[in-house]
Amino acid sequence: MPDFEPVLTANLAKPDGHRLAVYEAGGGYRALRRALAELAPKDVLEQVRTSGLRGRGGAGFPTGLKWSFLPADHPGPIYLCVNADESEPGTFVNRVLIEGDPHQVIEGTILSAYATRASTAYVYLRYEYPLALARLEAALAECRAAGYLGRNILGSAFSLDIFVHRGAAAYVCGEETGLIESIEGKRAWPRIKPPFPAVEGLFRRPTVVNNVETLACVTHIIDRGPAWFRSIGVPPDPTNPRDPGSFGPKMYGASGHVNRPGWFEAPLGAACRELIDRFAGGVWKGRRAKAVVPGGLSTGLLAESELDTPMDFAGPVRAGCLGLGTGCMIVLDETYPILEFLYNSCRFFAHESCGQCTPCREGTQWALELCQRIRAGRGRLVDLDLLAEIGDSIGIMPGTTICGLADGAAWPIKNALGKFRDELEEHIRTTNPSGFGQTEPVEAMEFAGREPRMNADERG
Amino acid sequence: MTLDNDILDAIKSLFPRYPTRRAVVLPALHVVQERLGWVPPAAVVEIARLLELAPAEVQDALSFYGFFKQDRPLGRARIWVCRSLSCAARGGEDLLAHLCARLGIRPGQTTPDGRATLEVAECLGACEQAPAVLVNQTLHGNMTKEKIDALVDALE
Repeated sequence: MPDFEPVLTANLAKPDGHRLAVYEAGGGYRALRRALAELAPKDVLEQVRTSGLRGRGGAGFPTGLKWSFLPADHPGPIYLCVNADESEPGTFVNRVLIEGDPHQVIEGTILSAYATRASTAYVYLRYEYPLALARLEAALAECRAAGYLGRNILGSAFSLDIFVHRGAAAYVCGEETGLIESIEGKRAWPRIKPPFPAVEGLFRRPTVVNNVETLACVTHIIDRGPAWFRSIGVPPDPTNPRDPGSFGPKMYGASGHVNRPGWFEAPLGAACRELIDRFAGGVWKGRRAKAVVPGGLSTGLLAESELDTPMDFAGPVRAGCLGLGTGCMIVLDETYPILEFLYNSCRFFAHESCGQCTPCREGTQWALELCQRIRAGRGRLVDLDLLAEIGDSIGIMPGTTICGLADGAAWPIKNALGKFRDELEEHIRTTNPSGFGQTEPVEAMEFAGREPRMNADERG
Repeated sequence: MTLDNDILDAIKSLFPRYPTRRAVVLPALHVVQERLGWVPPAAVVEIARLLELAPAEVQDALSFYGFFKQDRPLGRARIWVCRSLSCAARGGEDLLAHLCARLGIRPGQTTPDGRATLEVAECLGACEQAPAVLVNQTLHGNMTKEKIDALVDALE
């Protein structure tokens, strides 16, 4: 890993780093002052586009390109939604940013609203973050009093207000159109696209939805310039014309079986193993890792032999995972059963599927039931084939669902079976020897008198 | 009226934030659940009237989010125990079983004395402090059975 100056996390260690005075003393709102005085909105957009910034929420879509989809001469209003519904299991760095340095996020939000000509921004903050809510509300109040928000910000023609909209414990609200539906006061059912939010989003107006860390990056791109941003990270793969590269700093997290769980900042592209050893103190109890979830549960699993994978947008994909995701790694040591990982993952997605699309609603539920059966010592070898079939047949990629939740449910299944099938077979062989050789027909799941689909503990 | 003037005023104060009344549904439900401890069916009708919606529209949104309770008020402490992977890998499921036994209730239930409601959480986003528990508006990280017992003992 090259020498590197952390910027996203620079304020987090300062006493009262969440207060406006501390933020301003460290150069805070300098970028906003300069942008409002010297740059037109299209200049800000252009700087973000040339920086190569890609969304930090998981999908890695180029931010400048997303903004450029807004209709050029729309009379408004245009809305900006800040996606702070960070619900992907293993992921917590947006919470750390909002709690520790809310002004960095707010400055990025104001700059992004200026670039996109948005007049109102909503921060969709998940319910589970009460301290972040308090810090954010306090910071917004400081901004209104200081003239960073409201009418004619810093004497310019630009006006903006930011409101916090509190979620209610539903993972699917992190999907951008589910988030929009939720703000509109409806159930958070993701919308069929097109139309994309840039054309018809919140309140049927052009809308941009960006992640918290993405907006924090915007602050530094405007402050230090796109060339600085592009000097960090991984350039595009010359053999892949569709790879825009992975530029900039990234806030990573590590949890699970490590000695020092926590967050840290590094250039995009640092190796997974190096991040875990250098910043998280390595695997706990002197053990080796069995697998690492690279960036939130839905991204799947890197096997121990794949831990030298660079943590950029392309690395985990090359190792057969969904992607970089949020860069928040969950380390599982060599003693942790892959079946428990699979069960935990299937239970999560079965609980969080919104129920709109049959392949997702039913597929996640059946995957959970298969895991339950294997855990109960009644697994059969064919259950693994059924799980693999579910993993391959639900999601946007096979074209069967509206949103990506089912993709997220599918990758942990695909990776567990693809990379750890031997262990799962061995579990079935030892817990249910007679069922191991059994293939068809399927028994023990007859419809009459079957157990409830989820027991009370699992339903929650 | 189930909703008193303070609650109605708190909801009305949110109107200027949004271009539609319907967008106030979720914030209004939060206000009611926070102040009453639940959202009784009569409150749904009153919210709907205030927001110029059909009660079914409010109920439709409410029922999507398992968060809002309609059968009875929540306990004075709402205890969310995280069971997602980072916490589960560090003992979260054992903590949940311990709390169930200690409180004598299952997830989703409230103790008869109204002290506590137990809930399972799908990732509290506190993975670096796993296992984690959220009690009302306070996060408690790096939990152990002893720390959980102390929390329960301190409940009012």
